[in-house]
Amino acid sequence: MIFKTATLAGLAALLMAGSAMAIDIKLGVLNDRSGIYADLSGEGSVVAARMAIEDFEAAAKGINVEVISADHQNKPDVASTIARQWYDEEGVDVIVDVPTSSAALAVNEITREKGKIFLNSGAASTDLTGAQCAPGTAHWTYDTYALANGTGKAMVDNGYKNWYFLTADYAFGHSLEENTTAVVEAAGGKVLGSVRHPFPGTDFSSFLLQAQASGADVIGLANAGGDTVNSIKQAAEFGITQAGQALAGLLIFITDVHALGLETAQGLVLTEAFYWDLNDDTRAWSERFSEEMGGSKPTMVHAGVYSAVLHYLKGVEATNSKETDAVMGWMKSNPSSDPVFGEGELRADGRHIHDMYLFQVKAPSESTGDWDYYKLLATIPAEIAFRPLEDGGCALVE
Amino acid sequence: MFELLGIPPQALFGQLLLGLINGSFYALLSLGLAVIFGLLNIINFSHGAQYMMGAFVAWMALTWLGIPYWGALVIVPLVVGATGVVIERLMISKLYHLDHLYGLLLTFGLALIIQGLFRNQFGVSGLPYSIPPQLSGGTNLGFMFLPNYRGWVVLASLVVCFGTWFAIERTRLGAYLRAATENPTLVGAFGINVPRMITLTYGFGVALAAFAGVLAAPIYSVNPNMGADLIIVVFAVVVIGGMGSILGAILTGFGLGIVEGLTKVFYPEASSVAIFVIMAIVLLVKPAGLFGRTA
Repeated sequence: MIFKTATLAGLAALLMAGSAMAIDIKLGVLNDRSGIYADLSGEGSVVAARMAIEDFEAAAKGINVEVISADHQNKPDVASTIARQWYDEEGVDVIVDVPTSSAALAVNEITREKGKIFLNSGAASTDLTGAQCAPGTAHWTYDTYALANGTGKAMVDNGYKNWYFLTADYAFGHSLEENTTAVVEAAGGKVLGSVRHPFPGTDFSSFLLQAQASGADVIGLANAGGDTVNSIKQAAEFGITQAGQALAGLLIFITDVHALGLETAQGLVLTEAFYWDLNDDTRAWSERFSEEMGGSKPTMVHAGVYSAVLHYLKGVEATNSKETDAVMGWMKSNPSSDPVFGEGELRADGRHIHDMYLFQVKAPSESTGDWDYYKLLATIPAEIAFRPLEDGGCALVE
Repeated sequence: MFELLGIPPQALFGQLLLGLINGSFYALLSLGLAVIFGLLNIINFSHGAQYMMGAFVAWMALTWLGIPYWGALVIVPLVVGATGVVIERLMISKLYHLDHLYGLLLTFGLALIIQGLFRNQFGVSGLPYSIPPQLSGGTNLGFMFLPNYRGWVVLASLVVCFGTWFAIERTRLGAYLRAATENPTLVGAFGINVPRMITLTYGFGVALAAFAGVLAAPIYSVNPNMGADLIIVVFAVVVIGGMGSILGAILTGFGLGIVEGLTKVFYPEASSVAIFVIMAIVLLVKPAGLFGRTA
């Protein structure tokens, strides 16, 4: 009996020594593949993850990466079930993307419980690097603090002092409203009120009229995707913008602008972590992405997936392991560098830091071609774009 | 200035009007469902997808063929209605002798396939479709700014709803239809082609959904999920009104639009469930629905 156990242990040790030469990684892209966030994440995020694996030449370095994907339908319960199944039964090592804050927070908890790695690009809640920060979680692309800090501050500085919020009634909307309120008040503005709409919604006219009746200078749209598109469209229809109230889209993706058309979207001020037409690197990368995605340009969520997966693979190579503490430790102590975000760093709380950009949507006459939508108003330097490390209340920060 | 339940009267009138506008869509869609259920006994779960097709075909007509909104309003219901005729002939007609459930499952499957095809082709962000220039702008009613287009939606919906009700309840053709659902053999014996009449009825119900889709295209973004988002609400409307009741579908459609509009003012978070709460209450008190006949 003892002999048998010893043989087995020896055999196991041999096998493990063998696997140190080649590391097998299973990477699960979990996002919305059919609902209102499917264009801004969806299949594009799978393509972005594959591009990172190709560019890293993972296979040649003995790292075999298998990519799987699933649809969480923006529902936290569905996301939890898939995450659990992936970790327990399918041997998934790292979950990527996960837009929709409520779903991301659920996956965050399961990842912590299982001791795995979660590279979030699509969700916005600052809780991921604040109260609920986890050792294996990296929050890559943007968050509600950065969005509020960009668009919110720019609007108040331009004289739009009195705000009214149209807020999607779930974790993301609440977080965005809260963060923007703080920024607005700090900049000398005032919040007159807010209305919370069910998510996802179709008709926003009732809520828009309530916002109009408030007499605020600006209506802050604390929602995203199709909800924002419909809100902006209907605000134009009801003459709200013509009557002098401004709209502040706090989270607008380039796919939303594409869906609205420049006629309706022109003039909007928005904050993004990435734009395809920023520089030669982003143009070249986006060109490759477009070829695989039938011509559509990448959103910042796609860029974030690429950047996060690339940095993760570097960590795996450097530590020659896929063990959570080792890889995350390497990722946090080495700067990131890639064609989409340039130089960046992963902070102790899991927040990835890079420059953010304030854009304004062009008028149809200013646009010179397909997807030529933004003009750059300001670059928000990495160190002031995101919430200061000590303010998040993350337990990982000493 | 006096206030009603803490809300200024202007705002309240505004919300009532908005409710009426949303109710126009509920009424049109539940009317189509009621016609199809009342006369064919088919629970048409693909109705939402057919509404979405209406919006997409309008977009295609404009973008690919240059047919403007007004043309689309006539052509699109015919085109989408024709696909309904084909579906009825090829598939649904094989199910009449089976339980309701088979029709429901078939049309549910069709809805998923249609949505999937449009999603693969066009993505989910939606496509822009402008309000026709004749109806752009709006009128200041004093208590609110009413976009001309929304006024037109209410008008068009009322006319179509009334016309359909009149055709089914007050004309000879409607009498044949109703008789054919009671006793197809007898009506057939009078020399009336009952199967063709039923096929055209399904086509007409589908055309109603497509018409609502064209009306919706300029105000909601044209996207593959637009029908799926709406269909559950519309089913609740039909259940509250009484399955198969034409008048019930129309009146509850408008009525529930208004109730939902008011919920958006008093307790916005509950606005998406208000209709289902009412459905639960109605089913407890009057299981056949407000205007339904008990079998």
